[in-house]
Amino acid sequence: MCTVCGCGQGETRIEGQDHAHPHDHTHPHSHEHEHDHSHAHGHEHTHADGTTHSHPHEHVHSHGHPHVHDHGHGGHDHGHEHLHDAGAGHDHAHGDAELHAGSSAMHFHEHKGDLHYGLGPAHAHAPGLTQERMVKIEQDILGKNNTYAAGNRQHFAEHGIFAVNLVSSPGSGKTTLLVKTIELLKDRAPHFPVAVVEGDQQTSNDADRIRATGAPAIQVNTGKGCHLDAHMVGHALERLALPDDSLLMIENVGNLVCPAAFDLGEAHKVVILSVTEGEDKPLKYPDMFNAADLMLLNKVDLLPYLNFDVEKCVDFARRVNPKLQVMQVSATSGQGMEEWIDWLLAGLGQARVAREANVDLLKKRIAELEARLAAKG
Amino acid sequence: MHEMSLAEGILQIVEDAATRQGFKRVTEVRLEIGALSGVEVEALSFCMDVVLKGSVADGARVELERLPGQGWCLGCGQTVEIAALYDACPKCGSYQIQATGGTEMRVKDLLVE
Repeated sequence: MCTVCGCGQGETRIEGQDHAHPHDHTHPHSHEHEHDHSHAHGHEHTHADGTTHSHPHEHVHSHGHPHVHDHGHGGHDHGHEHLHDAGAGHDHAHGDAELHAGSSAMHFHEHKGDLHYGLGPAHAHAPGLTQERMVKIEQDILGKNNTYAAGNRQHFAEHGIFAVNLVSSPGSGKTTLLVKTIELLKDRAPHFPVAVVEGDQQTSNDADRIRATGAPAIQVNTGKGCHLDAHMVGHALERLALPDDSLLMIENVGNLVCPAAFDLGEAHKVVILSVTEGEDKPLKYPDMFNAADLMLLNKVDLLPYLNFDVEKCVDFARRVNPKLQVMQVSATSGQGMEEWIDWLLAGLGQARVAREANVDLLKKRIAELEARLAAKG
Repeated sequence: MHEMSLAEGILQIVEDAATRQGFKRVTEVRLEIGALSGVEVEALSFCMDVVLKGSVADGARVELERLPGQGWCLGCGQTVEIAALYDACPKCGSYQIQATGGTEMRVKDLLVE
């Protein structure tokens, strides 16, 4: 879902993927209207004796003339022909004053002295029925995103991929933390492939920093968007083509508000808060701290120089999310990083076990089906 | 400011429904927004006006129904009403509350012609 124009792609750019997408849309709309109209017209005639007299006469003619017109947005004239009951055919072009206000297709038909039931917004009339009706929808506004997220989640499960969605405000040290994490993982668990999806409004600076470590990374520029959505991540996954049992770290756009609402299909949201920010951030941005499962309190090597109250911060965070796990880390000094790596490895292990169990289940199912086929054959 | 994306999402739902059910105009869109959904109602209605322009729901009234926030208080062992995620339990003052209701954002129904 495009976050800018809703067209599916918009200004979102996924590295290596050029897409020009002209999107035209035509929307022809027709309307029918039936109207009775009476019109008075006087006519003048001269008799053989030379006297001229005029007499007005009025006749009512009901004519059901469905006049359907498709129109592009622009001015248009239309003449229409209709047969009267009397059999006298006449053509009349009538200057319907049609106002097309922008694209909102507002119709205003003016027939002097006529009754016009088509003036209602629906341009139609049925006796005894109101023109409006209620349509039940009952749909989640984020339903579309959630469908894409479910697709991503299924992909992760089938391939034993452990995906984490890293969220924070800009400048919390996410990218530095990621670089350090990749280096540490390389030492401790070289067999686990690691890849990164980098979300930023613009530039590929962060993906470049990740790629310098040797890990594959793909930058997603959201354009004017303030968060990554599941559709963007799905596209990034296609490009990354991750091997089974990988770790995927998704670095969301630096923003403590919007990414909270968008499920990407990840196993966990991890919120990173640096001690150079205020300890009350969890209260100021409760949605994000509520959506996360783990909080990394980063840059703790700077604590001696700051008035940051760790205990208070953790207390605030747990007010909005009693289940929140907290780790104190410093990507620079390496403090607390072991615990974080352990957490990632545990997640990777679980994802792999789940994938293997799934494969075993599928094998069993195949064996059962084959046995049934053999029995029939 | 993800209210704009939410408004786009709402429009998509409306347009999908229009295609499925063949109505030509929407005069009212009714939404249910939970107090804990993180949606700024004012911002959303501003975005709705912008997004609906030129669509099947151009000029439609947008009715926002606010649903109250609810949470499960671990201390009291019951559901309590809360206005924000960081609220204390109105009964026991504890912050051990897990949000359980009022997190929804839904398009409830439409008035169409």
